[in-house]
Amino acid sequence: MSAAELLDFARGPALWFSLGVLIAGSLWRVFAIWRLGARVDLSEPRSRRLAAGALRGIFARMLIRKEFRNSRNLGSFNAYVYHVGLAFIVFGYLPHIRFVERLTGITWPALPGWVMYLAAGPTVVGLLIALLERLGDPVRRLLSGFDDYFSWLVTFLPLLTGMAAVNEATAASGAPLFPLPVAIHLLSVELLFLWLPFGKLGHAFLVFFSRGLTGAALQRKGAAI
Amino acid sequence: MSDFVARARDVLKARAAPDARKAAAEFVAQAQRDVAFQLEACVHCGLCAEACHFYLVTRDPRHTPVHKLRPLRKAYRRARGPFAALARALGLAPPAPDAAELEQWSELLYDSCNLCGRCTLVCPMGIDIAGLVRRAREGMAAAGFAPADLYKASERALDTGSPIGVRWPALRRQIELQEQETGLRIPVDVEGADYMVILSAIEVIGFPAVIGALARIFRQAVVSWTIPSAGFEATNIGVQIGSRDIAAALLERVVDAAERLKVKSVISPECGHAYTALRWEGPNLLGRSLPFKVVQITELLDQLVREGRLRLRGKDARRLAFHDPCQLVRRGGLTEEPGRVMDTVSENAVRMPAQGAANFCCGGGGGVSAIHRAEKLRFAAFELKKRQVEQAGAEALVTACANCRNVLEEAIDERGMTLPVLGLTELVAQYLEPEPAEAKP
Repeated sequence: MSAAELLDFARGPALWFSLGVLIAGSLWRVFAIWRLGARVDLSEPRSRRLAAGALRGIFARMLIRKEFRNSRNLGSFNAYVYHVGLAFIVFGYLPHIRFVERLTGITWPALPGWVMYLAAGPTVVGLLIALLERLGDPVRRLLSGFDDYFSWLVTFLPLLTGMAAVNEATAASGAPLFPLPVAIHLLSVELLFLWLPFGKLGHAFLVFFSRGLTGAALQRKGAAI
Repeated sequence: MSDFVARARDVLKARAAPDARKAAAEFVAQAQRDVAFQLEACVHCGLCAEACHFYLVTRDPRHTPVHKLRPLRKAYRRARGPFAALARALGLAPPAPDAAELEQWSELLYDSCNLCGRCTLVCPMGIDIAGLVRRAREGMAAAGFAPADLYKASERALDTGSPIGVRWPALRRQIELQEQETGLRIPVDVEGADYMVILSAIEVIGFPAVIGALARIFRQAVVSWTIPSAGFEATNIGVQIGSRDIAAALLERVVDAAERLKVKSVISPECGHAYTALRWEGPNLLGRSLPFKVVQITELLDQLVREGRLRLRGKDARRLAFHDPCQLVRRGGLTEEPGRVMDTVSENAVRMPAQGAANFCCGGGGGVSAIHRAEKLRFAAFELKKRQVEQAGAEALVTACANCRNVLEEAIDERGMTLPVLGLTELVAQYLEPEPAEAKP
């Protein structure tokens, strides 16, 4: 298989299959949990503004409460670095926007190239620190299993292969001059799509349910969210 | 014998023959929508460890709160997770928790967890870890893996009405002594009273002055109240061991008393988990709404002060710090009331670091104070509270939970410290303007 054929495969059947697994798997995961049902809480609520509590839960937990901010929680600040960095790269890089446009017709302005370079460095370093912390910190090591390390790998690979696929001509026009690096990059992204619904990367959508439910429950009691 | 009592007695029998399969089945039964979303959302960041005083003082990673949920998570993933069938077919499902593992986790789910909810507050995924530990305890208790001390206390509570065996004659004697002390009549079994006061066993035995304090406060505020001769025990060991059947059987007695006396409200006393048991879990345990309001005593004191029904004279000049009982403040939603009441009686109230919702637990909540083997660990955890007290420069602690008070006093004594621990209700009563009859020599 030539590089061009591999790119066609990555842009064609592999992409559609992985997207299908991503969407169907994620929807199933949410549906399967939702159908487990919930008990009706018979206690008299202190507040009935449960939707407001859910929203507060979703947004307030984006920041660590001030009482818990200290040097030992450095890892959580690192998480901000690579989450924000990944968001910049995924949604702000011109070839990514062109790619989404080809699939959906939706487009938006790209961030300048220098922002991408600035974002890529801290993101790579942040992800490496996250791995080192998971391996070195006794608490995280105890909590970690295959899912944690594999999820790290499938997140890091697209970043690595993406950097290998970048060149000035590509970045400027959005069209790849060298098909092999782009094909490998796409395949690594598709691996991420294939894994996301099954492992901890599902927190990308599960976090809204978890935070929302807890936020609503705490609001019901009038407790701190 | 009610259905609740019969089922509660069955739970006690489980201790004789612990059954890991029964525990796993109960874990799975607990895994409804809220539990499942939370178990699935964990990213294993370990931030909850930094919120847990047991981890902070031992640096033992096993004390990481979310790690304590491992048996619950394994049982859920094996039997009920979204991809459980696929995982089982591929041989990738985690094994069900076995007896050896559950015996080991008994220490983690009970001895080293106060259900204080500090971990819940810090979790960036919004996982109510303390709430999940409470659910996990259901499986442990039903299958015979809870600590023996909690089974014994549960049995005593079912037999006598109280986890430490306090019966009506003991309370009646304390009431009589308080009547002599205050010169006030303490109403017992008065039908149609507005408020029914229930008490924790620790208050009856250790801090009976709270009964006299209530009598003085209610006389000045002209509150119609009564104490029931049956169903007066607020302590609910069922909530602590994690058995809805035991909890419901004990709660039923309080609800029966309130219905018998046709009261409008029940006052939950200075006891954190008693409030959780009656106010938040009660209706769900019994499967029906309660025909009365549940008011925590701090809530009522705050209301009486704000309505101008309490005439207070003078204030305590010491540097007083309020220790927030977790189940009232962080978990119960009474975040403002204690502070407002404190301000009415304290001239120099000081704040400990992280005062309020993020305060450290006393170390004895969630049944830990009743587990003998956990004593060393809870004394160790007190180190953090001690530092908070020292940083605030507090000369005395005030709290609104008799269990906190008792646990703090024990820990203070163990450290050889001198630091009085006061009850908020008694403090308020101390600064009431004397009634004309009292003023006479």
